[in-house]
Amino acid sequence: MEAMDAALGGGLAHGCVHEIYATEVGDAAAAAGFTLGAAIGIAGARPLLWLRSRRAVGAMGVFQGAGWADLGGAPDGGLVGVVGDTMGLLRAAVDGLRCAALGAVVVESWGAMRELDLTASRRFALAAEQSGVPLLLLRVDAAPTPSAARTRWQVTAAPSQALPGNAPGAPCFDVTLLRQRSGPSGQSWRLEWDREKCQFREGQNHEALSGAVVPVPLDRPAANRAGERHAA
Amino acid sequence: MPDAPLAMVAKVRGALRLGAVNGTARDRGMAVGMALADARAVLPDLIVAEMDEEADAHWLMRLAWRCGAWSPHVMVTPPDGLVMESTGVDHLFGGEAGLAAQVEDAMADIGMMTRVAMATTSEAAQALVRYGVHYGQGPVADEGRAIRALPTDALGLEYEAALALSRAGLKTVGDVAGRSMAAIAARFGEQTVTALRRLLGEEQAPIAPILRPRPLRFEQRFPEPIGLQSSIAACFLDLMHQAAGEMAQRDLGGRRFALTLFRSDGARHRLMIETGLPTRDPALVLRLFDERIATLADPLDPGFGYDRITLLVPLAEPLLASQNALDGEEKQEAALAELIDRLSTRLGPQALRRLVPQDSHMPEQAQCAVAAIHHPPAPWPAPAQGEPPLRPLFLFDPPQQVDVIAEVPDGPPHRFRWRSTLYEVRRFEGPERIAAQWWRRKEGEIPGMGGLTRDYYRVEDRHGRRYWIFRHGLYEEKPDPHWYMHGLFA
Repeated sequence: MEAMDAALGGGLAHGCVHEIYATEVGDAAAAAGFTLGAAIGIAGARPLLWLRSRRAVGAMGVFQGAGWADLGGAPDGGLVGVVGDTMGLLRAAVDGLRCAALGAVVVESWGAMRELDLTASRRFALAAEQSGVPLLLLRVDAAPTPSAARTRWQVTAAPSQALPGNAPGAPCFDVTLLRQRSGPSGQSWRLEWDREKCQFREGQNHEALSGAVVPVPLDRPAANRAGERHAA
Repeated sequence: MPDAPLAMVAKVRGALRLGAVNGTARDRGMAVGMALADARAVLPDLIVAEMDEEADAHWLMRLAWRCGAWSPHVMVTPPDGLVMESTGVDHLFGGEAGLAAQVEDAMADIGMMTRVAMATTSEAAQALVRYGVHYGQGPVADEGRAIRALPTDALGLEYEAALALSRAGLKTVGDVAGRSMAAIAARFGEQTVTALRRLLGEEQAPIAPILRPRPLRFEQRFPEPIGLQSSIAACFLDLMHQAAGEMAQRDLGGRRFALTLFRSDGARHRLMIETGLPTRDPALVLRLFDERIATLADPLDPGFGYDRITLLVPLAEPLLASQNALDGEEKQEAALAELIDRLSTRLGPQALRRLVPQDSHMPEQAQCAVAAIHHPPAPWPAPAQGEPPLRPLFLFDPPQQVDVIAEVPDGPPHRFRWRSTLYEVRRFEGPERIAAQWWRRKEGEIPGMGGLTRDYYRVEDRHGRRYWIFRHGLYEEKPDPHWYMHGLFA
């Protein structure tokens, strides 16, 4: 999507850390979907390493290759790791970041995770910078803390564009760019995942027309509902 | 049924023929080479099984290993023979007769029927075993005479040469040996003379013994126990370089490495690592051992030092020396394999997995998560074009029960309560009906016994969160079917 790419200075950057926060616990699956979409977009044909904490498995269930393929990804070469302790999870992520053969590393973390402090975050950023492999840090049930991330996002599930027969359509997300190192932040977009092109496109905000209540995150400026205003 | 007539059949030029028969069958007129149809006509109660040459060869090889207990030189002569060089070893077993008796007893112990013969050359011994009548009693008293009494088939000639011999009226080896060698060479070919000379013990053919590869085991002993971390690490590296050199010579790469540290007070530490791809890179193996040591519950304590360190490679696979491709793709593959090895060593082989599709329409059985270190990737089918995601990104196993209010009893859900929160359905698609696996159930083919059908709905609530829920059972199958939450869509 041009407006978002312009705001980011050419899309999500390789070789750095991106944090993705789920607005509420209920938005965890949507945030995971956005993260996977972003990872597929960045990684291209190279394999993904998806690391999960044991709590994530308990709360969300088993990661599905069919769902992964349904979003346009390639589960064939991908690796899914489940790590019980937080330190082990972070160490595995650093090891993954040092392996230049990977397309992206995703860490699906639940809860505050005290071990994930500024030092750990800097270590991630350094490892990512050296290898060029991006880290997508998905955080659920956690409040933003200071970190060395390049961008920080907040993701909420959004109603999809209905298919004939009122069937749910392609996945839609309301995303807010909470923070960006040396760049503008605070914008929000409604994004729809385009599986064929493996990229996000602008979603339509038809809920506003029907008069339904759309959950608006508190920190989102009310005027930024449509992304076009930030196209310049 | 040890006394039942048994025959193994093999396909010979399009026809099933008996390849081997047991004693009972032979006594009742069966012979090797008979057509199966003829054999059945003669002996209707013949038990027939298919011949498995590969298994036979494998078993013969195992027997050959066993024979290593008697002689260092054992040769396999397929399909059913073993040749042992007894020169210089028979006195250990009480002479030639003692050795022959021991071999027969040992083979009888494991249920093998054997014929043993001893002769000057391996060809003569084989001929006596296969065509002689004097087998079974150790060495033949007069070897020359016994050989000369054998039929000409014992020469083991090509079909044409054997036919020519029989047409010339030469029936036994003795008949052939009585002629002048020059005449035989002129009429029946040079190979007939060679075979004859070998049978008569005038010429020796070399025996090609099977070789048992030396185990990949490397050891360092120290006159003074070592305890310093740096010297232990240097010793590891030295052992690994030795192992790498040996494996490179044999074109092998290790998949499993075991390091044993013998402490001077008798304690032993054994460390084992595995790799996904065969390797002989000392640095890589050393890194994996470092990972292994870091995961130990109680760290390695050298105490008063180690006086012996051994490295064993119990599992090795062929690994040819390779040249790096220009595009660096192999380098990437190697980097990925190393990452898998490292994470699997640190977190355990089951922590890092690959997703492999399974041939099942039950959603919870449609994929299998296998250890990445042991399994290569498997291709996934491409999703249907132009459809939204039809399978969830996360699946609950087991499914979680939800309370559903539907507008009509067998209709889609209208509202549902999951984890004590009420959700209002705005969009839905379904049902996608997935039948139970009735063929896996006892009496599943009887209506009503095959298990409950599931009706799956893709639903979206008013916040735009997407779920996969199903009703377990149709109304005609069950009066009040339950609803379950089975997965979450992106």
